[in-house]
Amino acid sequence: MIIRVCMGPAGIAAGGKQVLDAFNAELGRTQVAAKVLENCSSHQVGCLGLCARDVLVEVHRDGTKTVYQYVKPDMVARIVQEHLIGGKVVKDWLVDAAYDSFYRKQVKVVLADCGRIDPESIDAYESVKGYEAARDVLASRTPEEIIEEIKMSGLRGRGGAGFPTGLKWELGRKAKSDVKYIICNADEGDPGAFMDRAVIEGSPHAVIEGMIIGAYAIQAGHGYVYIRAEYPLAVERLRMALDQARSRGYLGKGIFRSKFDFDIKIKLGAGAFVCGEETALIASIEGQRGMPRPKPPFPVNKGLWQKPTVINNVETLANIPHIIRNGCGWYAGFGTERSRGTKVFALTGKIKNPGLIEVPMGITLREIIEEIGGGIESGKPFKAVQTGGPSGGCIPASMMDITMDYEALAKAGSIVGSGGMIVLDADDCMVNVAKYFVQFTQAESCGKCVPCRVGTKRLLETLERITSGKGSPNDIELLEELSGGIKSLSLCGLGQTAPNPVLSTIKYFRDEYDAHIRDRKCPAKVCKGLLTYSIDAAKCKACGSCLKACPSGAVSGEKKKPHKIDPAKCVRCGACFDVCKFGAVERE
Amino acid sequence: MAMVTITINGKALTVPDNLTVMEAANRHGIAIPNLCRHPQLTPFGGCRLCVVEVKGLPRPIASCTTPVTEGMEVTTMTPRLEEHRRFVLELILSDHPNDCMTCQATGSCQLQELAYTYGVKGERYPGERRIYSKRDGNPFIERDLEKCILCGRCVKICDEVQGVEAIDFGYRGFKAKITTPFEDDLDCEFCGQCVSVCPTGALTGKLWKGKGRYEGVRETETVCPYCGTGCNITVHARNNEIIRISSKPWAWNEGLLCVKGRFGYPFVKSPERLTKPLIRRASGNFEETSWTAALEYVSAWLKKIREERGPDAIGGLSSARCTNEENYLFQKLLRAGVGTNNVDHCARL
Amino acid sequence: MTNSIREIEGMEVLFIIGSNTKETHPVIANRMIKAFRKGAKIIVADPRRVPMTKFSELYLPLRPGTDVALLNGMAKVISDEGLRNDDFIRDKTEGYEAWKDAVRDFTPERVSRITGVAKDDIIRAARIYGASRTAGIFYTMGITQHTCGTDNVKAIANLATLTGNIGRPHTGVNPLRGQNNVQGASDAACAPNVFPGYQKVDDPAVRKKFEEAWGVTLPPKPGLTTTEMINAAADGRLKALYIMGENPVLTDPNQHHTIKALQDLEFLVVQDIFMTETAKYAHVVLPAACSYEKEGTFTNTDRRVQRVRKAVNPPGDAWDDLSIIMALSRHLGYPMEYRSPELVFEEFRRLWPALSGISYERIKSRGIAWPCPAPDHPGTEFLYKDGFPKGRVPFVPVEYREPAEVTSDEYPFVLTTGRNLYQYHSGSMTRRVEPIEKRAGKAYAEINEADAVRLEIRDGGKVKVRSKRGVIEISARISAMVPPGTIFIPMHYAEAAANVITNDALDPTVKIPELKVCAVQVAAADKSSGE
Repeated sequence: MIIRVCMGPAGIAAGGKQVLDAFNAELGRTQVAAKVLENCSSHQVGCLGLCARDVLVEVHRDGTKTVYQYVKPDMVARIVQEHLIGGKVVKDWLVDAAYDSFYRKQVKVVLADCGRIDPESIDAYESVKGYEAARDVLASRTPEEIIEEIKMSGLRGRGGAGFPTGLKWELGRKAKSDVKYIICNADEGDPGAFMDRAVIEGSPHAVIEGMIIGAYAIQAGHGYVYIRAEYPLAVERLRMALDQARSRGYLGKGIFRSKFDFDIKIKLGAGAFVCGEETALIASIEGQRGMPRPKPPFPVNKGLWQKPTVINNVETLANIPHIIRNGCGWYAGFGTERSRGTKVFALTGKIKNPGLIEVPMGITLREIIEEIGGGIESGKPFKAVQTGGPSGGCIPASMMDITMDYEALAKAGSIVGSGGMIVLDADDCMVNVAKYFVQFTQAESCGKCVPCRVGTKRLLETLERITSGKGSPNDIELLEELSGGIKSLSLCGLGQTAPNPVLSTIKYFRDEYDAHIRDRKCPAKVCKGLLTYSIDAAKCKACGSCLKACPSGAVSGEKKKPHKIDPAKCVRCGACFDVCKFGAVERE
Repeated sequence: MAMVTITINGKALTVPDNLTVMEAANRHGIAIPNLCRHPQLTPFGGCRLCVVEVKGLPRPIASCTTPVTEGMEVTTMTPRLEEHRRFVLELILSDHPNDCMTCQATGSCQLQELAYTYGVKGERYPGERRIYSKRDGNPFIERDLEKCILCGRCVKICDEVQGVEAIDFGYRGFKAKITTPFEDDLDCEFCGQCVSVCPTGALTGKLWKGKGRYEGVRETETVCPYCGTGCNITVHARNNEIIRISSKPWAWNEGLLCVKGRFGYPFVKSPERLTKPLIRRASGNFEETSWTAALEYVSAWLKKIREERGPDAIGGLSSARCTNEENYLFQKLLRAGVGTNNVDHCARL
Repeated sequence: MTNSIREIEGMEVLFIIGSNTKETHPVIANRMIKAFRKGAKIIVADPRRVPMTKFSELYLPLRPGTDVALLNGMAKVISDEGLRNDDFIRDKTEGYEAWKDAVRDFTPERVSRITGVAKDDIIRAARIYGASRTAGIFYTMGITQHTCGTDNVKAIANLATLTGNIGRPHTGVNPLRGQNNVQGASDAACAPNVFPGYQKVDDPAVRKKFEEAWGVTLPPKPGLTTTEMINAAADGRLKALYIMGENPVLTDPNQHHTIKALQDLEFLVVQDIFMTETAKYAHVVLPAACSYEKEGTFTNTDRRVQRVRKAVNPPGDAWDDLSIIMALSRHLGYPMEYRSPELVFEEFRRLWPALSGISYERIKSRGIAWPCPAPDHPGTEFLYKDGFPKGRVPFVPVEYREPAEVTSDEYPFVLTTGRNLYQYHSGSMTRRVEPIEKRAGKAYAEINEADAVRLEIRDGGKVKVRSKRGVIEISARISAMVPPGTIFIPMHYAEAAANVITNDALDPTVKIPELKVCAVQVAAADKSSGE
């Protein structure tokens, strides 16, 4: 009999260590012969399981696996007694059907090895067929064959734009130059997104293998991984993996005993969002300030140091070995007609099961939210999901059956992007959401072009005006006008997409804008400037806690008499609302 | 060099394939508005005023950075493009002091001229304006960053042509600005190339302030009086006072000058200038005198020495600072007038 | 310059020796940087790590005064390694074999010992320059102000001749002229041995032509050079001196000697815009107009004749120099009357064929580079397109000689002098420009940190710099520009004039003083003895 206790970061946080100790103690006391093991412990990697249900405990008995959720130390005795000794499953604590659908709806390609293998061991990677694809490619396939294979697989850039990877490689292959570069873009910058980080921390060799194959396909001798310095563990693992690959002859001169030379350098980014834009990324590697350069010329013709350069995202590259190993047909079997394969999303926000998920393209939003995500955490109505981060837009609840693919999302006014997915419920104000993202892009604008530098500032100011209750009836029109100009005229993708959160929230939630502007109300009760606090005298017990909590002296009242809030002094911090035990403070 | 054929505004043109759309248009007399482009510098593409429409492309493109390609069909002027340009100008002016009345650059400001052409006042998108109270303490160049439109020309000329890299972009978003290392006072060669390419009043000469702009200013084309490079300069003078020196971009030196050429003129107005002939009296002191008296005195002495000691007891040192005509006449005076070949100048020093 | 400034941008290799171009010719440096941006390789040879080294492929820090050794050494490598231009040598030159013999001893090892430049760098420099057929050499006073100045120039010429790097676009030998109209003053023959246009005074045919033009008999014997005139004044042979716009007290070496010579004159007349250090010793001072206040032409370093125009009136009763000279000529009984500077120029160009195609009208908006022999001739951007003046270019063997003054136990430092970016020459103009004085108004001596530490000299502290000829007190500037053992003092500052201590030893041929090398001692001012 084997017991596996989840000891991943989430498991430990939920008390996994105590549960583990409890099992050991209980087994010792009861003299039951069973082994207690740790699940996903050693690698400091999120296991990408259903961590929201931690501590998860697996019991393997008689060839069947049973999984318990939310296990606490005080539940251990009963599990040992009834299940291990008595052979009877403790039904009360079993995972439910949602647990199954969480796994059933996902297809793990890129994330398949993450959490399963030791990312710091090249042997572990090779034990799951790692580097087989690269070895095979170097030994017996031409660059053209590889490019054809990738083209047939239908793989598109996972960094956001969705440009067909095979086509990009073909352009790279055709570019004439003695020196070419391949760059892995690991400058993941969308707020709340951590797909690339998870892949590099969980399976760095897969990215390296993808780069080797890509380099061979375009015949590039040099590779760079441009990675955020804020990902120290990922950087460390990548460095380790590069050393290991080098020592085995997978990088350097004549890799895999071929005549092809290829090596990879790491370049740390200093946390500028715009450096995820490929020309800014190139400028940054060259030692310049990370400012985008106009295209054309495109990097594939004139990129790093003016040489042909192919830039692929981490997830894109991590797909490559799988496609080569299993064939383009296998990969193309997932997804829709024009959006093939799987996509990793970082599911966050008001969702019950947040975390990284990998799903086939074309899955519906409903399946992701309800079946994988387990629905809205608070139980309140689902309102919308924001995809694609600051460059994306929102999909309202009414469109829940939309398929998640490049075309459908674009049609809806959003993008797949790098895979950020923020779930919003009734407590979220859509104007505020738009403001948040514009704030982000404005702060991260490099300042080079006028529409982005000044335009997003004016956009932000208008949104601030609306959320603080000073909006005017023309403001929506103004937002649309500014957005149109910024989209058409900005130099790079950052500016061109910056208005998307504004436009899509106006498109689907215009009523919320109207409420802010016309009624001076924030329906979600988020925008502080539009809230008023008052005390319901009938409910007030005059306990005085609101009086103590108020930082601005707005609350007044004597003992045993209902308290009052002076709106002139109130700073709308909500402290009184939070401390009132009787629900007497009202927020409108 | 390969040639390509493109059409601009319906006109077919054959141009070298290494040109940008803007260069091709300019060569054929088609002007495209811009603020960040400068012919001496690599294209920047930041101001977005030079956008044009290219058939088959979904969005307008910056003509200053886009290379021409065979068969390209370009339109430089449509109502939509003009609307775009107005939009950009509105945004720029929404964050500009618009104090043209007292601005040094008035009349020579490209931003002002475009605002005038498009009738844009910068009132459409009101909002926060950058306020920088700190002033640069260097003695030559006034940097008014509130007027800066971040076109990057100063950064580029300082790097690409002057090789100094004294300034660069700093900060992000609306707060982005052109800055020196650690925001210290400018510490550079003070050539003022940045001043000469600034399209607004953000960079001006400290010496220029309040001295004059256009009204009553006379420009004289001449040659710099300093080193032997012979840069062509334009002397701006008002009321018989030099108020500024600049250089035309189409001069052979392409408008480039150094700190001396650009800012080294105030000695002209020095109170120490000699204004009267002086004769040393027996006391040893100089005394002012008339030209006639002074010249009489000089010629009397020279004649006396020539008579007593012969012409070779007299010598003349001429100047590499004087004109060809003056030098020619000086040696002629010594040779033909005095009768000696004792004439030299400081070529060796 | 054999090339025009504009051609620099198209050069493949630039060899800059003895020129602090970035500070003394900043706009020429702009062109060099543009060439660099286009991929040109730049070699800088200079005792000081001058700013241009920022753009150099290779920097050769040679000891002051060892240029001949370096140049011969590079030439030997080029010759030995077959990088020479054999076609050019065969068709256009003479004396190659004899020259080759003469540089036999200049092996990289020996040259390295003399110059202090690493052997491999000498070879590398030779290969970079020797491999190019579109290379330019640039030099200024760092080459010429030596007792071996003529030899230095010849060694440069040999290098260019050996590789055929002359006589084509973007390819040539380019001395950069230091003052706005040095070229013009030389062209106009303010020189003791020639008439305008470099026509020899001791050539009877030439003399006859000028005698006819000027209507007088002219002296046949060449006169004295500047430094010779100062010496002649000191020993009583010269009694009167007429100085127009010069300031020898500050610009000539060995200031004490210069002042004594001026004081020994019976009569000194100085014509200038300020009461200069020299004017103070005059008997008569005549107030002149400055460049912005008069009409005429300047000829710049690439031989371009350009119009000078009057922008403002001279102050008070100051006259332009031309009017003064003409007035004086009347008083001297040889009246020279011209209604305008243009008529003077017309006379000049009639007497010198190289200028004869240039008129005020033609250079109204753009200058023309001479030679320009005819009114329809476009001028000459680069020289020797159609061959060389004497047919074949001779190789002239030059031997390395030590500077006139070398370091000793008593004077252990080498002093070298020059200009900085802000000030100009004797400073009579720039030192009266307030912002320039704010930026660079203080005299200084550059000293290497190692020397400063050893001598307990702090940055900004006063030091005494003494040579056999004099001593000055000056602020120390600790600088990585100078190597240990070398001191650099800019020449501009009268209050601590470098030329108090410089050596007035002359190059035997062209009489240029050795301003770039002399031996000095340096000590912190409060510690120095004997004052």
